[in-house]
Amino acid sequence: MRRTKRGVSPVIVVPALVGLAFLVLPLVALVVRAPWGSIVQIVMKHEVLTSLLLSLGTASLATAICLVLGVPLAVLLARSAHWHVVPRRLLRALITVPLVLPPVVGGVALLLLLGRRGIIGQWLYAWFQITIPFTPAAVILAQVFVAMPFLVLAVEGALRTSDRRFELAAATLGASRWHVFRRVTLPLVGPGVSAGALLCFTRSLGEFGATITFAGSFPGTTQTLPVTTYLELQRDPDAAIALSLLLLAVAVVVLVGLRDRWLPGVTGS
Amino acid sequence: MVAAAVVVAALALAGCSAQSAPSPTATAAPVTLTVYAAASLTDSFADIAKEFEKQYPSVKITYNFGGSSALAAQLVAASPGDVFAAASATTMKTVTDASLVTGAPQIFVTNSLELVVPKGNPANVTGLGDLANPDLSIALCAAAVPCGAAALRLLAQEGVTAAPDTLEQDVKAVLAKVELGEVDAALVYRTDVTAAGDKVEGIDVPGADRVVNRYPIAVLKSAPNQTTARAFVDFVLGTTGQAILTKAGFGAPN
Repeated sequence: MRRTKRGVSPVIVVPALVGLAFLVLPLVALVVRAPWGSIVQIVMKHEVLTSLLLSLGTASLATAICLVLGVPLAVLLARSAHWHVVPRRLLRALITVPLVLPPVVGGVALLLLLGRRGIIGQWLYAWFQITIPFTPAAVILAQVFVAMPFLVLAVEGALRTSDRRFELAAATLGASRWHVFRRVTLPLVGPGVSAGALLCFTRSLGEFGATITFAGSFPGTTQTLPVTTYLELQRDPDAAIALSLLLLAVAVVVLVGLRDRWLPGVTGS
Repeated sequence: MVAAAVVVAALALAGCSAQSAPSPTATAAPVTLTVYAAASLTDSFADIAKEFEKQYPSVKITYNFGGSSALAAQLVAASPGDVFAAASATTMKTVTDASLVTGAPQIFVTNSLELVVPKGNPANVTGLGDLANPDLSIALCAAAVPCGAAALRLLAQEGVTAAPDTLEQDVKAVLAKVELGEVDAALVYRTDVTAAGDKVEGIDVPGADRVVNRYPIAVLKSAPNQTTARAFVDFVLGTTGQAILTKAGFGAPN
């Protein structure tokens, strides 16, 4: 028996490897079938670069908004541990819903709220002549809707595993609440916040369903890279594969940058 | 009754050419017919199946509805079927090129574009020229999909430079934006306007009848019962089938 004490039983290893293969093989197929000869030419096309820039720009802004709104929401969620069970579970469920909702449904919901005849949108249109659908703002809102839960849950995980005694000590030493949050809490959960932000960014970058439903698709305004990829699939599958690889490459770079810090509760070491 | 006579006559002919003439109307063993049909035919073909089965009680029709190019790909990948009804000549060509079809495909309907506006026409759209107004919110299909290609041809033919705000991935997505009132006008197929009922209003575009999609139908070589498959095709081309399709907004084959 050469197996060391740290070895893992085959009962675990075999299904684990099958599971891993299931996750990886489709991506391998994408790489194998890619039109490597013409890939640079396809990716350097003007319309592709326009989509890529739009995707990177909107995803960055969406991530910024998620940080501003999502970190406080994560703090609230972490503190809800002391609440009564009903509001506590309700809050968590509400935050998690966009994760499990088909993004298209999210897009329809955004239209019904902020569309030209939406609950809020109709007043924006009547009073300020503002229409949100078909604008880059709509792309960003769709991305915020689907990506914010990733950030909130990552940060909340970090907050819950952080040691509250530091905060209590700072408070007893006379620090204001804001001061404690900024100088003690944030640095403690810093890795969780950056992990959440990167995850939020990649999710925004890949957003398709809510975007095409709520924001539509117009080159340079709302047509993000995933939307371009989908349209190319109907015209030129090779181009679609090339664009998928581009999205995959960006996602891999970001996730490798995360190392193993992206699981809620695992804040890295 | 006329339709019935036409179909029976067609069957008789088909039966003769096939030598042994198993009359599908008689108490033959139950036959299942698998029909691959373009998604835009969903409603009208369901009605056609009902009428057909009434006339041929021993035949049961099952449909495989989908995008024409996806259906063609399935057939080329050797999926078994009896009849293929496509929404465009190019998708049918994929199947005929693979020599999967018996005889030549026949055009059974045409579909053309129509201007569509939300109920009540809030922006007072009157014609194709309004699509050039940058102040209006306009939706078209993306050029990569058939309805977008047709829209571009129609706009070019009428000399209109459209100012669309969104280029959607399929015709139903365009229609949804109109139904929700998010756009003031859009170009969709006439059948989509009919299917949407009173949630939208259609505006005829002069010249739209010169930019048409022709729908071909054909019996597949893989059909185990060629006679019954042929009978279904003839039924679609016959009076009853054509009446159902016309009601759905399709144009007659010309």
